[in-house]
Amino acid sequence: MINPLPRLPEFEYIRLDSVESSVQFLKEHQGDAAPFMGGTDLFVALRDRRTHPRYLVDLKHLDGFDELSYDAKQGLAVGAAVTLNQLISSGEIQEHYPILRMAAEQVGGLQLRNRATLVGNVCNASPCGDTIGPSMVYDGRANIIGPDGMRSVELDEFIIGPGKTALQAGEVVQSISFPLPPRQNRGTYLCIGRNKLSDLAMVAVTILAYPDDGSLSGFCFRIALSAVAPTVIIDEEAQALLSEHAIDSSTIEKAAQIAMKTCKPIDDIRASEAYRREMVYALTLRALHDVWKMLHS
Amino acid sequence: MKTYPITIMINGRKEQLDVSSNLTLLHMIREKLALTGTKNGCEAGECGACTVLLNGEPVNSCMVLAVECDGAEIMTIEGLTESGEIKELQESFIKLNAIQCGFCTPGMLITAYAFLKRNPNPTEAEIKTALVGNLCRCTGYERIVQAVQDAAHE
Repeated sequence: MINPLPRLPEFEYIRLDSVESSVQFLKEHQGDAAPFMGGTDLFVALRDRRTHPRYLVDLKHLDGFDELSYDAKQGLAVGAAVTLNQLISSGEIQEHYPILRMAAEQVGGLQLRNRATLVGNVCNASPCGDTIGPSMVYDGRANIIGPDGMRSVELDEFIIGPGKTALQAGEVVQSISFPLPPRQNRGTYLCIGRNKLSDLAMVAVTILAYPDDGSLSGFCFRIALSAVAPTVIIDEEAQALLSEHAIDSSTIEKAAQIAMKTCKPIDDIRASEAYRREMVYALTLRALHDVWKMLHS
Repeated sequence: MKTYPITIMINGRKEQLDVSSNLTLLHMIREKLALTGTKNGCEAGECGACTVLLNGEPVNSCMVLAVECDGAEIMTIEGLTESGEIKELQESFIKLNAIQCGFCTPGMLITAYAFLKRNPNPTEAEIKTALVGNLCRCTGYERIVQAVQDAAHE
């Protein structure tokens, strides 16, 4: 039985001066050392004894990790130490990447969001991570730094399974960057938890859509489904349908049905497989109608 | 276990402590500094009973390591009470019976205080959203929301 109030187990706290020495330390102590950002997922795992690192390597203070910058040519970069509340307070994110903010507001309470980070939420790679769907539809990339230098990976390649990412020994995500969002885009993030606010999503749907001369319908849709597969998934079949057919209620209905078939939910403590599938249909339908209205307002 | 010397400002006073790696800010406040107004509820960042201000921002002290707080400024319910900063909120909570067992109250007050600083004229919905990270098992929240509204209007 899990102790209801277990203390944190013993570990050594490591805070080094440079990114290079931090990633070197992580590489040398692979399997024994965990990177430490906000700690909001890590502490829970430590208390439940689901993870047993000997060292926690704090990265919050490192150069470049607190960067939150928007540039009208480059787009957005969110450093690993940027908290969700900093992200929510950013006027530029509200203006250019509003779905990211909508999703960030769903994470925990005000206090938790003063510690929790976007990068941590993505690296935790939970299928129900609120910010992952929006980060994927905005074409986010994980900028990774490791003992062999830097590399950048698209988020749908970065997350490879529940709790699993493409990070190699010693590597950490320094930031997530987003290109400029498509012109005249509209989008939404709808989620269902056991309560209206703050609970983990049982099902969530992210939609981003924008006018696209290259498609038959005149629009391009991006659809991410969360908490209904081992990772957050992009529904390419539903996206293709909405590109190739004139959009009306019947196309939207068909797209929602496709989403219901695309998802691969499981029964767990928070919801049943059947309920999740029904909710994927209902949320996709609602989100598509909402976004379609927004595109015409 | 290895310990680390840290210096903090707690409720306006400077303190020097030796803390182990795995000591949380919550346990440091309660056990090393004997400030028991900060409550230990869930130790999972869910209930908000352990809320304190860390460099002016509300955090769950169960989710922060003491060693991370070297050089930081921490305010607990005791400090905010002594300074009178939350007097109006405390009076509104008492006036509207927003307290039953009282376990959640210090955390509730600190979150509400930090929230009202950002948003001095909140709507009921905004108050409910702001207090999402503070659980109360007694009141049903109505009185708490009313008390925060009352304090905002003072």
